Amino acid sequence: MGSVTSPAPLEIERTESAEEVFAVPEPDVPWVTIVHNDPVNLMSYVTYVFQTYFGYSKDKATKLMLDVHHKGRAVVSSGTREEMERDVQAMHGYGLWATLQHDRK
Amino acid sequence: MPGHFEPLPGGGAAVALDDVEISIIRSLAVQLMEIIGPGPAEESGGDPLAELFADGPSEPPSDPVLRRLFPDAYVDPEGTERPEEAEEQRAHSAEFRRYTENDLRAGKRENALAVIRSLDGLRAAAGEGEAVLELTPEESLRWLGALNDLRLAIGARLEITDEDDSDLLFRLPDEDPRKPMVMAYLWLGGLQETLVSTLMP
Repeated sequence: MGSVTSPAPLEIERTESAEEVFAVPEPDVPWVTIVHNDPVNLMSYVTYVFQTYFGYSKDKATKLMLDVHHKGRAVVSSGTREEMERDVQAMHGYGLWATLQHDRK
Repeated sequence: MPGHFEPLPGGGAAVALDDVEISIIRSLAVQLMEIIGPGPAEESGGDPLAELFADGPSEPPSDPVLRRLFPDAYVDPEGTERPEEAEEQRAHSAEFRRYTENDLRAGKRENALAVIRSLDGLRAAAGEGEAVLELTPEESLRWLGALNDLRLAIGARLEITDEDDSDLLFRLPDEDPRKPMVMAYLWLGGLQETLVSTLMP
């Protein structure tokens, strides 16, 4: 029986890509996961996802949700490309609209 | 309370549903499973072992519902100025899709199936009239995912792309053919909102 506060949904499984293992690392350039606004996802649900998946506090999760809602997007996590692909896949599993990119701005 | 989830002591959630409500949710969940389907598995030829290792699709789905459920991972919706960058984003998105979309489809199908199973169990147990659906914590998470996917699917069909669209839809006259779908969308939103509140850490 899963715990309610389980940090990751049951359906998410990481699929390793053979190519990634041999990819040339891009040094010192972090990647970011961006969640985009959409009019369907409930504000409470988006906050819930940020709290349960990322383990963010209610305040931080609410602030990120409001950024998505008012600014149209928010950076919700940063790290290696592989980590961000994992986060984006998880967000798609939850039904949030997420993309990843180099943190160049 | 009809149409509202309430937390159960010790975890999980409960909602009262009548026959019509059970039929509507079940029918929508079945339709969602049919839309998601197994996905365009490549070169498996029906061999279950081959299917297990088959890559997912590399092209975005043509159905707007599926495009919303499985968006491009690398394409910036605000666009990019450089054509070569856009080309690179499409290539990365295609690769991401090949390695993730089948798993994502399977997860969403399992959530919808869990909804159908709990409703069927409820109907068998309750017979006619109103029944109280009780979800375990694990079932609550599956319902939460399925309710969200259903609302995304209906939202895509109703072409809700910004806040103004939803405002307009909520004021549709009764004779508008979209009215029943809008009513279902709003009702599912209430179910999801109250289910989230039972799960809030």
